[in-house]
Order: sequence, then C-alpha cells, then structure tokens
Amino acid sequence: MAENVMRLHYTVSDTDFAVAGEASSSVKKVLKQLGVPGEIIRKVSIAMYECEINMVIHADGGEIDVEITPEKIRMIHKDRGPGIKDIETAMQEGYSTADENVRELGFGAGMGLPNMKRYTDEMNITTVIGEGTTVDMTVYVKNK
Amino acid sequence: MKVKDIAQKLNLTIISGESNLEREAENCFIGDLLSHVMSHAQSGDVWITVQGNINVIAVASLTDCAMVIICEGMKLDDAALKKAHLEEIPVFASEKSAYNLACELKELL
Repeated sequence: MAENVMRLHYTVSDTDFAVAGEASSSVKKVLKQLGVPGEIIRKVSIAMYECEINMVIHADGGEIDVEITPEKIRMIHKDRGPGIKDIETAMQEGYSTADENVRELGFGAGMGLPNMKRYTDEMNITTVIGEGTTVDMTVYVKNK
Repeated sequence: MKVKDIAQKLNLTIISGESNLEREAENCFIGDLLSHVMSHAQSGDVWITVQGNINVIAVASLTDCAMVIICEGMKLDDAALKKAHLEEIPVFASEKSAYNLACELKELL
C-alpha cells in the first residue's frame, strides 16, 4: 500500500500574491507526468489554487500536504489564520470578507469555497477561531 | 484556428509565449473575475480580459487556455510578464474592447 503513495509538501509562505499558485502549478505538472487524466488534473489544480489564494488572502499562508495514489488525490491545506466564523455562510456563492485590494486583483468574489466544493469529491473544513483552518479535499481518479 | 493566425487577423501585439503559437484555439471566454474564469474557461479557449496581474497567468495555465488577450489597452504588470515568459503562455495585447475582439473572433473560430 505505502509504496503506491506519493507525498508532496508545500509551504505557502506570506501575503505575496506572486507566490500563490506555485503549489497548484507544481502538483499539476506532477499529475501530468504521472499520466492522470486532464479533467482530474483540472479539478485538482482549480481546487488547490483557490485554497492557496484563500491562505494568502485570509491567513498569511500555511502548509499544504498532497497525497497521490492511483485511486485518489488528497490535498490538506492547513493555516494558522483567524478561522472561519460561519462556514455555512462562507460556502454561499457571492459571500466574501476579502478587502478592496484583493477584489482589484480579480478575487474576493465569494467563489473560492464554492469552487473548491464543486471541483472535489470530498471536502471537509475544520476551523477554530483564532487558531486556524484546515481544508481537506479529495478528488477520485477512478469512480468510487 | 491557430493562435498565430488569430493574432495576425486581429492585429494583436505579442507579449509572450512565442513557442506556443501553433496551438489550435477553439472557443472564446471573456471574464475578469478570476475564480469565475477558472471554473468556466475551457482548455483551448481564447481568454479575453482586462486583468494584467500575475494571477492571470496562473489561471491561464490552470485552465489550459490557448491564448490570453489583454484588451482595452491594459498592460501586464512586471511580475505577470516574467511569469508569462516562464510558463510560455501566449499572451497578447490589444487596444480593442472585449466586445469588438469577440465580434471579430466569431468570424474566425
């Protein structure tokens, strides 16, 4: 079992937008090399990129662990940000707490979490106010 | 139609991605909200936007767009330009509006 798991680790380090997208780009390249179907790669990279952007916008970065097996791709995003007060509201399309600077860059439209949910097969959010948020997402390579 | 032919017909100024001009573009997507573009643009699209920041290059790469047109005379910023060269994404500039570019594209695609 263990030999079939590829593990990748990324640090999303600061509030620099230029850094966001490095992890998802890197995972996209790895999946491409592994011959994972394009549609699966698209789902994984969109979900990861949205999450990376969220980590930069809301939490000053964090850590990402990716586990790749022939069956599924699991992405665990951990930050030490302020936490999400009301997950249900945050999941609504169009709801955003991002500031004007972020909006000018084309984000902050309240589509991040809904996009992550849309493009993954499983998504679990664990959040503690003042301590941080973990977003755990899985995309299945083969149908369950 | 090939990216290089579209660029010529629409009189676009090339900014980056010289090595990927032979690719076929199939459709067109217009949008500036990057999360929306990410979830709706398709592989092989011509993506028209007024955004010029580095995230445009990331979104173009993730969605596998055939080419990006920065319209209405908007510019890519320096960080975006660097990234566009690095990722070899065909990015073009135009003074025309998204509407006018799309009208012209309709005749080509």
